[in-house]
Amino acid sequence: MLKYTEDHEWLRADGDEIAVGITKHASEQLGDVVFIELPEEGREVAAGEEVVVIESVKAASDIVAPVAGTITAVNSALADAPGDVNGDPMAAWFFKLKPADAGAVEGFMDEDAYKALIG
Amino acid sequence: MAETTAEDRRTETRRTGLYDLHLELGARMVPFAGWQMPVQYPMGVMAEHLHTREKAGLFDVSHMGQVLVWPEDGRLETAALALESLIPADVLGLPEGRQRYGLFTNDRGGVLDDLMFANRGDHYLLVVNAACAAQDIDLLHTLSGVRVEQVTDRGLLALQGPLAEAALAALVPGAAGMRFMDSLAHGWEGESLWISRSGYTGEDGFEISVPAARLEDFARALLDRPDVAPIGLGARDSLRLEAGMPLYGHDMDAEVTPVEAALGWSIPKVRRTGGARAGGFPGAERVLDELAAGASAIRRGLRPEGRAPIREGVALYAEAAGGEPVATVRSGGFGPSVGGPVAMALIPAEIPEGAVLHAELRGKRLPVRVTALPFVSPNFKR
Repeated sequence: MLKYTEDHEWLRADGDEIAVGITKHASEQLGDVVFIELPEEGREVAAGEEVVVIESVKAASDIVAPVAGTITAVNSALADAPGDVNGDPMAAWFFKLKPADAGAVEGFMDEDAYKALIG
Repeated sequence: MAETTAEDRRTETRRTGLYDLHLELGARMVPFAGWQMPVQYPMGVMAEHLHTREKAGLFDVSHMGQVLVWPEDGRLETAALALESLIPADVLGLPEGRQRYGLFTNDRGGVLDDLMFANRGDHYLLVVNAACAAQDIDLLHTLSGVRVEQVTDRGLLALQGPLAEAALAALVPGAAGMRFMDSLAHGWEGESLWISRSGYTGEDGFEISVPAARLEDFARALLDRPDVAPIGLGARDSLRLEAGMPLYGHDMDAEVTPVEAALGWSIPKVRRTGGARAGGFPGAERVLDELAAGASAIRRGLRPEGRAPIREGVALYAEAAGGEPVATVRSGGFGPSVGGPVAMALIPAEIPEGAVLHAELRGKRLPVRVTALPFVSPNFKR
């Protein structure tokens, strides 16, 4: 199951965890990504909390936790190859999160709704 | 230049003669120094940067001010000496067909703008920063004995990179014989192009002033060459940063002196203490003192030890914790050719090259090493 947020993140359900990345639209807006700072595994985060710093050639921006939960894994390989975010954004997951509320992801947009958002 | 719309008036921005071409090429346009300029094309900043270092990049720099300074008495020396009263450079000694880099200073010895000036036989051609052009022209109008004419019927292109010579010579064969900092007129399809062998990337290349009516045709002719790609302001900034070149309003401004900006080299012996035409420019006392005794802080390079870019405004500390900032980053970002972050700041003179400072970023102090400039070796054709 793939869901999208208004912050241009994609969420992919994987068992009781969700993997989080950014959409192609977001990666194009950011430009070439040159640096990624990932959170600590095991960190408990609130919905909307800044968990990843992502820097492009142009500017720094944040990726927020889409829902409250616990960070269960981070993609260290991506931090070593930040350009992969531009190369294949839908494969470039930043972290996995176990939501505090298992149903919390249901309310996000599906692909059609997200496509309508970005126009 | 190009037609101005209601939208431009609302945002108080102007368009260069290549505005429509930029849109056709898919540029992302941004307001810059009062102009609508391309910040990047679909290739992206990183690839545009690397393309320029490997092949040739075409930049629209028509926003920059082109100004002619004529001697009213017909003697070039009159214009040279007038310019020397504003610019601590050897204008008088500049041979015909040659160009130099210089600075306008204020009476505190701060830098009002940086510029290129060229001897065109019976007058000088100045190229100044877009954001400073109105101020510079007002300043030039205070000079007596000269006629100041802003060039409004020409655009300006920069063609930069190791294949720039081949690409330009295909259209203008005479360009191939030019040396670094030559400034000459060459014909192209009956038009007179004002070409200098110079640039703002650290690469070999040319800056080409083209009559407005043929600007787009000439740009298209260059872009038709297989090795030439359009390059936006984003890559222009990372290229000049890697080349250790200062950006006015960032690395230096009205409060920063030439010596602090590491631009003392642009002030030759003849204008320094003991020289035949020593001083005689605004702020000369302070500038000449600093040339002799040094400044308390000098623009130098910074290489962050990690991968995080350290950008303009980031505070630098001597200590890993506590203390007061010793400097603030003036320019910084990712250097695609360096393959890592690079930055510049005015670093206190007593801090040696190789020292580690600490940049405070998002509440953390990250080690950055003080280095010499530039970060990449220049590739000029001497």
